Amino acid sequence: MNRFYVVIAVLAVVLGIALFVLLGRSGGAAAAAAGPPVTVEDDGFRGYTLAVGDPVVEITEYSDFECPFCANFAMVQMPTIKEQLINTGKVRWRYRDFPLPVHRYSRFAAHAAQCAGEQGRFWEMHDQLFSHHQWAQTGKDPSALFRDLAKTIGLDQARYDTCMTAGRYASRIEFSRQEGDKVGVNGTPTFYINGKVFTGSRATSDAFKAIADSIIAHTPPKPRPARN
Amino acid sequence: MRSRQAIALLALVGFFVALYLWLHALGVGGALKCGTGGCETVQTSRWAVLFGVPVAFYGVVGYFALLVGALVSLRPAALRDRKWNVMLAGLSTIGLLFTAYLTYLELFVIHAICRWCVGSAVIITVIWVVAVIALRRQDARTPRHVS
Repeated sequence: MNRFYVVIAVLAVVLGIALFVLLGRSGGAAAAAAGPPVTVEDDGFRGYTLAVGDPVVEITEYSDFECPFCANFAMVQMPTIKEQLINTGKVRWRYRDFPLPVHRYSRFAAHAAQCAGEQGRFWEMHDQLFSHHQWAQTGKDPSALFRDLAKTIGLDQARYDTCMTAGRYASRIEFSRQEGDKVGVNGTPTFYINGKVFTGSRATSDAFKAIADSIIAHTPPKPRPARN
Repeated sequence: MRSRQAIALLALVGFFVALYLWLHALGVGGALKCGTGGCETVQTSRWAVLFGVPVAFYGVVGYFALLVGALVSLRPAALRDRKWNVMLAGLSTIGLLFTAYLTYLELFVIHAICRWCVGSAVIITVIWVVAVIALRRQDARTPRHVS
């Protein structure tokens, strides 16, 4: 009987130490992907786009994956915008990263989307990050959730992990943020329509449709190439 | 006696598994160490909270009750007392049914498997088997007379 109590006491100590080690380890968010880069270089990339054909209207969105307003916009307005403006060839939509310094994991999320973009699935990851937005409210390290999301959209897990660990696109994200600074972005989401800032009180699909329709109505049709 | 010792040891392991998941749910520590499993998907799903309390907390309470029950039942005066076997079998049955429900949610609703939850499911299943066998053996040894 006494030996049993020794065994259970030793087991309790071992399990306690194991628990301490498990909880004590730093989170899985790779520092290279989660923080700003040491140097910033222009790799020529100007954001992922959604478009059909060659629209005369281009809307650039500066957004932050951890921002609740951006998530709301992506979930509520974007489906209608896709249906009415993008799929109809009226608008090209351009996404630019503008991670806000108050958000702990927004760079990390932006990086996850870029690593998905590397495998041709940026918009799928964009939708996953916004539709599972509870990660932004908990304050917990979302790296494991993002890996799950990457798996859900069919990414090559090893390539995704390598991309995240290396922080391959940290410089690109910071370049985008600095570009946003230069054009006057001071919050997210901020929109530019053919280079002019959207100053409407509410960024809704109806507001964008009205502006896009107005621009299209005042744009002379492109000359057709002459036939020989 | 051996069966109660086994239940105490298993409940201790289960207690620490549930404690880890509960502390994680409270925001202690980083991401769950889960390998390639879907722990975060399960833990961030809406089924990870029941009546406003993280599900893992019920596991902590359940395993702690089993651990204390098994240890108390190892007192010399309680060794031959059938009620302790009934209590351990009853508690583990509740745990097993709750685990079965959670495993169903993982497999057919959330479509993700948390390895820590699977570990807990194995532990509670073994505890239940041991507790039920112990109860049946005791009943077989000491037949009750019906008057």
